[in-house]
Amino acid sequence: MRRSLQLLAGGALIGWLVLPLVPLAVWSFAHGWRFPALMPQALTLDAWRYALSDTAGVTASLALTTGIALATAALATLIGIPAGRALGQHQFPGKPAVQLFLLAPALVPGIAVVFGLHGIFLTLGLAGTVPGVILAHLIPTLPYMTLVMAGVFANFDPGYEAQARSLGASRVQVFRHITLPAILPGIVTGALFAFLVSWSQYLLTLVIGGGRVQTLPLVLFTFATSGRNDVTGAIALIYILPGLLIVALTARTLTGRSPALAGMLRP
Amino acid sequence: MTRLALHDLTLAYPNAAIPALDRLTLTVEPGTITALLGPSGCGKTTAMKLIAGLLTPQSGDITLDGQSILALPPERRGAVMVFQNHLLFPFMTLAENIGFGLKMRGTPTAEITTRVADMLDRVRLTGLGARRPTDLSGGQQQRAALARALVLRPRVLLLDEPLANLDAHLRGEMRALILSLQRETGITTLFVTHDQEEAVVMADRIALILGGRLAQEGPPAAFYTRPATATVARFFGGMNFLPGHAIGGQFHSALGPLTLAADAPDGPGLLTIRPEAVHLAAGAVNSRTARVAANAFLGTQTRLHLMVGDTPLQALVSPVEAARFSPGTDLAITLPTEALWVLPPDPPAA
Repeated sequence: MRRSLQLLAGGALIGWLVLPLVPLAVWSFAHGWRFPALMPQALTLDAWRYALSDTAGVTASLALTTGIALATAALATLIGIPAGRALGQHQFPGKPAVQLFLLAPALVPGIAVVFGLHGIFLTLGLAGTVPGVILAHLIPTLPYMTLVMAGVFANFDPGYEAQARSLGASRVQVFRHITLPAILPGIVTGALFAFLVSWSQYLLTLVIGGGRVQTLPLVLFTFATSGRNDVTGAIALIYILPGLLIVALTARTLTGRSPALAGMLRP
Repeated sequence: MTRLALHDLTLAYPNAAIPALDRLTLTVEPGTITALLGPSGCGKTTAMKLIAGLLTPQSGDITLDGQSILALPPERRGAVMVFQNHLLFPFMTLAENIGFGLKMRGTPTAEITTRVADMLDRVRLTGLGARRPTDLSGGQQQRAALARALVLRPRVLLLDEPLANLDAHLRGEMRALILSLQRETGITTLFVTHDQEEAVVMADRIALILGGRLAQEGPPAAFYTRPATATVARFFGGMNFLPGHAIGGQFHSALGPLTLAADAPDGPGLLTIRPEAVHLAAGAVNSRTARVAANAFLGTQTRLHLMVGDTPLQALVSPVEAARFSPGTDLAITLPTEALWVLPPDPPAA
């Protein structure tokens, strides 16, 4: 009974996640698919060939999006570790205010902020540049990273570091051999979130990048609004890929147990 | 073998009314064990962290064989501290934990392996090197933490409450292990404890810290027979205190004149006698008649609450002896001259 319920829940979850992708996949291989035909009249690789060609700009955009997401994740990690440590391990005046402030990007709608931000970035000469976009992406990612690291550090006894020092480890050695292994799961989780949040930014990239920074969601939207369903399907599948890949690779870290699917299907 | 000396060591935490440690001066002779004894929050662990280099004193100095180590970072002090809650690194095996300090020093892998295996044998964890710390029992974890420090052959070993986290039956075992390893290696050892019995059994000398200050330092027996103040005497279970005046070898108090040991100086004071030194029989000097007010069975001993006139006095005797005196009976007691000790009159507030 319990097992069949689990299977049902698992099946529903997979359906929920996978079903919306099916039309995309069919579109990307369709050659003419007009109402009321249930399936495409013929299959073709034309859309994929076009999407992967230089003229579509998808491959260049893929590289750019990956670069921006990696840079955002790296910067968020570098800032989030010390910030999270301060929040997780130390008491200081105004700490509740800082915590609330960190949550602000999650509470305030991005669209309300982004235009004001654009004005500031224009005067700083950052509008329309890749560094500008990366900086803008830090706004929604840094709170995630900092809060994840604060949680990790709250559970990390600084006594381990003191003990390691006394056993003859230098400050650098302590970080390399004690602190880093202890907080690594948090770093991985936080950095992945940061990567994915940056990867799926549309509005911030559009406004701050001013159309000159063409990340994948922008390219995808252009094709989607121009009615090229086949190319849209192909790009959408490319766009989904890293998210799925990351979840598959890190399910163990994220759930703290076994890979998600195996855990779900095990009796 | 190394002599550890603390000179006027002072540390005040920010926003604290009184210093955690106030001008502590103490010497631990080479190859000996000293216990830093005191109630929790008295500054014992602070002293240990100062020696280990994990805290910096506001003033004072710490020397090993006469050379100041204050300027050295913790990893180069040669004073290794073992924390109370063992703090074995959870993501390393037992062998990796014990070899950690050697690895940080850059000791060749082959030598680390040999020394770790030897250390595992010595703390009776043979063959458990591949285990994770979480797979070990509490006693094994504590032994592993000790091994992790000893494998470095430190000049000074600092143990913070080494027995506090252990069950009663494991405590004796760990105590014996620490003593035998210390004797074997001759490492100058300082350990922190709040348990006076533990200090008495393990240490060559005891430093009693009260309120951040050194209250008394000396061999364990002195704390019972020759306490410096009434506070020290109370900490070691002293219960009988009689205000009075010493004149010409006699102490005059509510109990009348009592003969003191020959070398007692004159002046006002507080007479004390250990409850276990009160003798339940008549003697040649210092005999009185007492009435048993109450008794309390303590397991291996019985506490007799006596009244000598209006003056209460407590005696600790064996349960067999106590059975002879039920509450209400009168008996002769003797306060032996050599067991009487005169404390300074008004004990400084501690």
